[in-house]
Amino acid sequence: MSALLEIDGLEVRLDGGARLLRGVSLAVEAGRVVGLVGESGAGKTMVSRAVLGILPGNAHITGGAIRFDGRDITRLPEVGRRHLLGREIAFIPQNPMTALNPVARIGPQVTDVLRLHLGMDRTAANVRALQLLRDVHLRDPERVLRAFPHELSGGQRQRVLIAIAFACRPRLVIADEPTTALDVTVQKQILRLIRELQAGSGTAILFITHDLGVVAKLCEHVVVMHGGRVLESAPAAALFGRPAHEYTRALLAATPRFDRPGDLLRPVPADLAARLEAEVRRLDGDSPDAVA
Amino acid sequence: MRAGLLKDGKVAFGLGVIALMLVAALAAPWLAPHDPLEQDLLNAFQAPLWKGGDASHALGTDSLGRDILSRLVYGARPALIVAFVAALCAGLLGTALGLAAGYFGGRVDAAISRLVDIWMSFPSVLLCIVLAAVLGAGLHTVVIAIIVIDWTRFCRVVRAETLVQKSRDYVASAVTIGLTPGRIVAAEILPNVAPLLLTLFTLEMGIAIVIEAILSFVGLSVASGAPTWGGMIQEGRLYVNQAWWLMALPMACIILAVLGLNGLGDGLRERLDPVKAR
Repeated sequence: MSALLEIDGLEVRLDGGARLLRGVSLAVEAGRVVGLVGESGAGKTMVSRAVLGILPGNAHITGGAIRFDGRDITRLPEVGRRHLLGREIAFIPQNPMTALNPVARIGPQVTDVLRLHLGMDRTAANVRALQLLRDVHLRDPERVLRAFPHELSGGQRQRVLIAIAFACRPRLVIADEPTTALDVTVQKQILRLIRELQAGSGTAILFITHDLGVVAKLCEHVVVMHGGRVLESAPAAALFGRPAHEYTRALLAATPRFDRPGDLLRPVPADLAARLEAEVRRLDGDSPDAVA
Repeated sequence: MRAGLLKDGKVAFGLGVIALMLVAALAAPWLAPHDPLEQDLLNAFQAPLWKGGDASHALGTDSLGRDILSRLVYGARPALIVAFVAALCAGLLGTALGLAAGYFGGRVDAAISRLVDIWMSFPSVLLCIVLAAVLGAGLHTVVIAIIVIDWTRFCRVVRAETLVQKSRDYVASAVTIGLTPGRIVAAEILPNVAPLLLTLFTLEMGIAIVIEAILSFVGLSVASGAPTWGGMIQEGRLYVNQAWWLMALPMACIILAVLGLNGLGDGLRERLDPVKAR
């Protein structure tokens, strides 16, 4: 059986020719939670943006395929893609503070997706929206529906965004560092919420993060990225038990642990970082149409 | 927020001026002591009150004996109509093209932006005169001329602001729930551009009043005789040595109106700019 989402040799370049993704391949099986980890600039967010079709204007997919349910969505016409987004593939963005329209009330922002994809009328969508807000454990959902984004806290806004993402019972949710912009206690609640909704709906999740602790708690499979390519892809237990790649080991070692008193923050060793950089340069140099 | 807006001196002043103009324009038949077109050649060049004039002509009369105050009051009508209609139409046209250019980018943007560049390189006065020659003099000519000249002003500003808004996360979110581009532009981006449009609109109204005055001055506006501030300046110009107020009074009206509208635009910009407001 083929996976729900299959990314195959995905290459993304900037207009000038510089590569952001260098042949990324990964798969998300239906109903599974896959973690995509890597340091800043590894290309994690670019992968999610390529799948969702929201790459920045100067970046383009120049190779590879993104198959959803066996169909290559990079070749899908605009209309077909719009049917998929919000309905089958949903997105939980990184920063809840900016991801809601600041001049619109929460109500229409939640009901938009219901009316668009499920064809609900205003009344039905409102009823459903209230239920969705209850599902994400927002207190006083009636008030939230009438509120403007600036009247809600970051955690509340992220709950609203999660409600929107799960509104149409999508088969895949892409969560791009959904807890990074929140403070620690709220992070924990949001993660618990995502896990709860995932367990209830059987939605597959591609969870992008740089927090290995989160991955350990949430994900069944882990993909490690660096420099726009995949270094290691393994089941979570195997990856944390016997990391195969040197970089993964360095990443794991870099996480300070509270059960080791006096533990220091150990950065990725400079020589390893330099070697990885050199590898990337060699890869780019090998290709005939690399940046001059 | 609303109370705060009214406390802003510039905004309050601007709104006051607009209210004054509106009252003058709407209630002109009751406010004006005389028919603005009624000539009384025996009573021409009557002095205003402060020069010892007669109370029945508080601001004096012009070369044909028409009552200045009445003409000033009636003059608010063409000024307001032109300011409102022209600014609205120029705003609609410029905003539509600016949104399209900013949101769709690429070839659409290139086409619209080049058009704006070429358009702005035409001398605007020449454009007005050519238009007047084609359409004939009249209020509609003034309105069309202002639209034709000034839609580019809206277009450029709206395009720039749309680019800014487009890069915001909430637009990406809207894309990821499958909204159509038309819907995103109309329901997501436009409301966020609206405060800027309001500011531009008030500033444009001020500009339109000046352009109307210029075109009246050169006789391209409504038929001569009908009271417009620009026309009154033009007529008063001939007698500036004997009766300077004939020219000064309509000028004062224009200055007050434009000052009020600019102040309003300026105040709104400061108030509605979320960075400055904090």
